[in-house]
Amino acid sequence: MATQHSRSAARFMMAPAVILLLGWMLVPLIMTLYFSFKRYLPLRGGDLGWTGFDNYVRFVTSSAFWPSVQATLIIVGGTLLITVIFGVLLGILLNQPMWGQGVVRILVIAPFFVMPTVSALVWKNMFMDPVNGLFAHLWKAVGAQPIEWLSDISLFSIVLIVSWQWLPFATLILLTAIQSLDSEQLEAAEMDGAPVLKRFAYITLPHLSRAITIVILIETIFLLSIFAEIFVTTGGAFGSRTLTYLIFQRVLESQNVGLGSAGGVYAIILANIVAIFLMRIVGKNLDA
Amino acid sequence: MARTVTTNRKIINTAAAWAVGLLIFFPILWTILTSFKTEAVAVADPPVFLAFDWTLDNYRTVLERSNYARFLMNSIIIAGGATLLGLLIAIPAAWSMAFVPSRKTKDILLWMLSTKMLPAVGVLYPIYLIFIRLGLLDTRTGLIIVLMLMNLPIIVWMLYTYFKEIPGEILEAARMDGASLKDEILYVLTPMAIPGIASTMLLNFILAWNEAFWTLNLTAAKAAPLTAFIASYSSPEGLFFAKLSAASTMAIAPILILGWFSQKQLVSGLTFGAVK
Repeated sequence: MATQHSRSAARFMMAPAVILLLGWMLVPLIMTLYFSFKRYLPLRGGDLGWTGFDNYVRFVTSSAFWPSVQATLIIVGGTLLITVIFGVLLGILLNQPMWGQGVVRILVIAPFFVMPTVSALVWKNMFMDPVNGLFAHLWKAVGAQPIEWLSDISLFSIVLIVSWQWLPFATLILLTAIQSLDSEQLEAAEMDGAPVLKRFAYITLPHLSRAITIVILIETIFLLSIFAEIFVTTGGAFGSRTLTYLIFQRVLESQNVGLGSAGGVYAIILANIVAIFLMRIVGKNLDA
Repeated sequence: MARTVTTNRKIINTAAAWAVGLLIFFPILWTILTSFKTEAVAVADPPVFLAFDWTLDNYRTVLERSNYARFLMNSIIIAGGATLLGLLIAIPAAWSMAFVPSRKTKDILLWMLSTKMLPAVGVLYPIYLIFIRLGLLDTRTGLIIVLMLMNLPIIVWMLYTYFKEIPGEILEAARMDGASLKDEILYVLTPMAIPGIASTMLLNFILAWNEAFWTLNLTAAKAAPLTAFIASYSSPEGLFFAKLSAASTMAIAPILILGWFSQKQLVSGLTFGAVK
């Protein structure tokens, strides 16, 4: 159907987007790779020559590296666990017949639209402040010692904040998937006497597996690079320094660009491992 | 065929869903309420829920003290500019991929998506350096470009998904009726494409408005949008909960309203069409 003429017009129409994205991807990537093999300290002598894989070795052997990997895993893993489990439960709940479904949906989705700096600061001050926060009032009301949320249990607190931001996303996607579930199948199982838990385990959960996978992959990509939530709450202190935050500090705070760039390459590799799985699913969907 | 639901069960569902919904919404509600309190009431123990003297002082203080208008303008210009520029570049691309697909279309789409997976921090210094060299640091132009590039894959994908659903036969029918290319675009395609373009615009405006990595790292006093303005409250002096709440409410209110309109497109937009 398409003529030679329309094909070249199509190529011409695609060119700006393709060229821009190619530049956006390649130029910084090549620069990061280049810096990662250099000893480069902009404030202390600038470019001090090639160092081979020195930065890569130093990045993973520095004392801050493993704690940052641990913090990253806890934040990503904890948030995934909370958002997926509660997302499934909430999705099922919201799919039930009720009054005011539309309003409840809006209430549940709202946190997703709150800018990260706002949600982090509101939680940090108005809820988690050990003196004036709501949680402190609550703890005192029941006679307990208020918790120093962001210093004593900083990782848990950040997981709580980030989960609040991402629960709407998980819920919305899982709800959409639940809505496409064939209700007749569930009814048939119900009539055959299958108990609620079995119906959930053998019908609902398998049906949701693809949506859950997508939620996990997309959230992982975004969660690996959360920044503002840490920047305004702890500034990376109290064991909350993630890999992303460590790289940020190396590059912009201590201006050790070579070392930070090596860290950046690790982060890119890590993100790409997750991305490959996501792309496979999305790609399959494209054929259908 | 429909399952008969007992009223009892419906009442339980309603109560449970509303309880959870209000719990999740509570931090936002609390922020909005606190923005109308005095600083002393804002930290009162036990907390005051509704029975306080409502005041607009915090809004007045924030508006007077902090150049709020400039941060707001920066947010609007940056998010709006990035979205419009993105659409301008993405519409032709998505259009041609949807209507003149080739063997490479799928690969190109997936490759575009893959650029979205690049962690920003991995390229922080190069972008920072390029910005310094080109004098783009702390400029709205610079942020418009970066946020546009960041969201371009999502824009292309969303538009492609929408355009795909426009049936090609309609074009052929119009052509048979003697419509010129101009008529075709103006009277047949545009009306059908506008809803898709509008929802793409909405979602990407929201994403750009809330972006908080590049906006924090590439701006200072001049081009800082609301994300950075709010972040400046992270090391305050004295009592500030009510003022923080007022500033926060102003920063999120427009997006909450836009967001509620876009919730339908959110799922397919953010999962790249993998969940519909």
